[in-house]
Amino acid sequence: MLLKLNVNSEVRTVDAPPDTPLLWVLRDGLDLKGTKYGCGMGICGACTVLVEGKAVRSCMTHAGSVAGQAITTIEGLSANTAHPLQQAWDTLDVPQCGYCQPGQIMAAATLLARTPHPTDADIDAAMSGNLCRCGTYPRIRQAIHHAAEAAHAPALRD
Amino acid sequence: MNIDIDLDRRSFLKMTALAGGAFALGLYKFPGASAQEPGQLTDFAPVAFIRIDPGSVVTLMAKNPELGQGVKTMLPMLIAEELDVDWNEARVEQADAHPELFGPQSAGGSTATPINWDPLRRVGAAYRQMLVTAAAQSWGVPESECSTNCGKVVHASSGRIYPYGQLAAKAATLTPPDLRSVHLKDPKDYRIIGHSHRGVDNRAIVTGKPIFGIDTELPGMLHAVIQRCPVYGGKVKSANIDEVGKLPGVRKVLLIEGALSNDPVAPWEPGMEPGVAILADTWWQAQSARKSLKIEWDDGRGAGQNSGDFDRRAAELLKSPPASTVRSYGDIDGAFKSSAKVLEAVYAYPFLAHGTLEPQDTTAVFSDGKLEIWTTSQTPAEGRALVASTMGIDPANITVHMCRAGGGFGRRLQNDYMVEAAWMARQMGKPVKLVWSREDDFTHDAYRPGGTIGLKAALDTQNMLVAWTEHLITFGEGKTLVQGGEIDGDQFPAGRVPNYSLGTSTIPLWLRCGALRAPGDNAYAFVHQSFLDELAAAAGRDPLDFQFDLLGAAPAPGAKVDPHNPELLNPERMKGVLSLVAEKSGWRARKASSGRSMGLGAHFCHLGYFAMVAEVSVDRQNHVTVHHVWAAGDIGSHIINPAAAENLCCGGVIEGLSHMQQEITLTNGRVDQANYHQHPMLRMRQVPAIEVFWRKSEFAPTGLGEPALPPILPAVGNAIFAATGKRIRTLPLERSGFSFA
Repeated sequence: MLLKLNVNSEVRTVDAPPDTPLLWVLRDGLDLKGTKYGCGMGICGACTVLVEGKAVRSCMTHAGSVAGQAITTIEGLSANTAHPLQQAWDTLDVPQCGYCQPGQIMAAATLLARTPHPTDADIDAAMSGNLCRCGTYPRIRQAIHHAAEAAHAPALRD
Repeated sequence: MNIDIDLDRRSFLKMTALAGGAFALGLYKFPGASAQEPGQLTDFAPVAFIRIDPGSVVTLMAKNPELGQGVKTMLPMLIAEELDVDWNEARVEQADAHPELFGPQSAGGSTATPINWDPLRRVGAAYRQMLVTAAAQSWGVPESECSTNCGKVVHASSGRIYPYGQLAAKAATLTPPDLRSVHLKDPKDYRIIGHSHRGVDNRAIVTGKPIFGIDTELPGMLHAVIQRCPVYGGKVKSANIDEVGKLPGVRKVLLIEGALSNDPVAPWEPGMEPGVAILADTWWQAQSARKSLKIEWDDGRGAGQNSGDFDRRAAELLKSPPASTVRSYGDIDGAFKSSAKVLEAVYAYPFLAHGTLEPQDTTAVFSDGKLEIWTTSQTPAEGRALVASTMGIDPANITVHMCRAGGGFGRRLQNDYMVEAAWMARQMGKPVKLVWSREDDFTHDAYRPGGTIGLKAALDTQNMLVAWTEHLITFGEGKTLVQGGEIDGDQFPAGRVPNYSLGTSTIPLWLRCGALRAPGDNAYAFVHQSFLDELAAAAGRDPLDFQFDLLGAAPAPGAKVDPHNPELLNPERMKGVLSLVAEKSGWRARKASSGRSMGLGAHFCHLGYFAMVAEVSVDRQNHVTVHHVWAAGDIGSHIINPAAAENLCCGGVIEGLSHMQQEITLTNGRVDQANYHQHPMLRMRQVPAIEVFWRKSEFAPTGLGEPALPPILPAVGNAIFAATGKRIRTLPLERSGFSFA
């Protein structure tokens, strides 16, 4: 069945049953590999994308159920690291393996859209659904604050 | 920093081949130091680490697999420092698996730093020297009048300058200098080493570029999943292959006979587990088709295994002396008889899974007798050898590309999934991408083996530790132990207590086991440092002073002692990190009445020293909150990339905390845990404040992936004791009646 999806401000058509998880339509149907498979049951957050600006688990979302809605993946946040979260993640050297980070950034994007200046408690509440196997949580927390302050938080320490 | 993300992997291979030409320095010898003997130099094979094009674009090869430990950035930094180039202008490219060119290329044992620290700097220094020679010859001046400055050779007296790019072709015609004799910088002149540099793949990661193994895409590729027997190694008796083959998108269903050895202990690297493979146009089609599979299994020899039986058997074995002695010295019986106090305790820790966030995956294509593989292995050369031996292919006909891996932690030391993908690719004559489901990963891991340890120790009238006996119940058959279940008898306080014995007894097991970050140490540090805390309490001594006493004690007769050998426990380095962490945490001024209590843990492993203090509080429901962790480490003279090192150290602490709430159990040979909710890792809200401090020492820099993990477990356990009076002797915490809040 042909599905019409609005992904990163482009209308894309993909041939897949409507109950296919959005994750696999993005990765294998539309070749958007930034969204990651981690658990397949909505508990790790690696597959987080935005639907109408709200973070959803794409592994648990039927592609057919979001046809016509605005879907944003990590590739759509900005292609050149222009987004403050991408900049903060790079500047503060957040990633270790990096596999969870697209999902972390998408979850953080929802948080900042709702709460432009989050407290640590806000961050805990918004980000505790996203697992990081390497344990970059302290850096993620710093990077969210850094992005929220937008300008000129401290660069890497030697 | 320019990133090589847009390079298509096929063109990358061609470019690497081209690099043997005019722009490459392909003349290197690399130390063949083994993982067990870091720093030991043997002879070299030629290799190309550096490419400089006529426009002076410098490309440095990243030789090792990158799985989050930071070597793709850190190792090229070593070359760049001595090559004397601007790091921000250099490019980094991932090398293929080619140990004949690049030397050892594995990720394990925290060995990348100790193995490469010296030779990679010499690689950079030798090339720099050749550029100087090339410039001096062009100018007709003595080399001694030339110097380099950030990508340029300078002749100061005439004011002439050559950018490296204009010298590279000439330099490539020169005979390279002996690596052992090249001039290395005075460390005080370092501009790159010791300064923080962000990961070379950061921008690719945060923009979602397809750089991980799972992102590999080849034209006409089929997607594969494999249903393996729920009991390790079980075989397919019958399966509805034809029926499943007709499902939407499914192109082929393959029966896998498997290739496992008949050894009594499950092999470190099985060639291939039996099962049924489904190949389809998309991964989701293949995965969905699994629901229709009807397989009758021959469960085989693992079917009767239950975790409860293991626990009962361990308790029985502890009643008898160890079946094998690992190390024994002194007069144990006499020491116990004449002692003032005797303590006994039984500690236990569970099997654990790795749970790399990127599941196991490999893409392979077979054509004209040649295999090409894209994988996430920690041991790509060993993987190639395993594929070759399992499939009967000449290793020379197998190319292995190293993709960035979404975590490793020891799981990807095994290359079973590489063999599976390669085998399917040959069967199909088409490219095949195999991706394990999360459930496949949890139920077919190479697990950290569980264990039970019976301990008995004695204090004399001065409250000094005078005897220590230890009986480890591990898994295996006789003297053949499962991977990760070994113990060597060199762990503190061995060698520092005057009377000592360590022995093992085994329980048969048919389940694949393997290394998990800081293998052995991740369990033994918990046991030994917790029991030392018990002894300190019995002695009425501060645990810090109790450790200082032991570290200051005369070595036991026959104990290996050499303060210059970095492989042996150096009491001064251990005292150094203990003192540092005590100072930073305010250990001496701690108050038990504040509602928060502190615990201490320290450990030496993988050439690194760490001491940690954890501050916890425990509520009435025994929910433990870890508020603050202070970590002090000594990994030598330089922290090569400080920001990445701090991140990795925090990761070790957080992983260690996760270990405290995880376990893998067996019911009738089947692993009970299939996904993260059943084997939970720490989440953001549970993460303490973590402060990392370094104690620099005169030793060559060593690795960090592993030594920063083990001390956190006893530090937290000992803090819980300080808070509640209850001793954590069994992990996970739940089995001791506690859990993280």
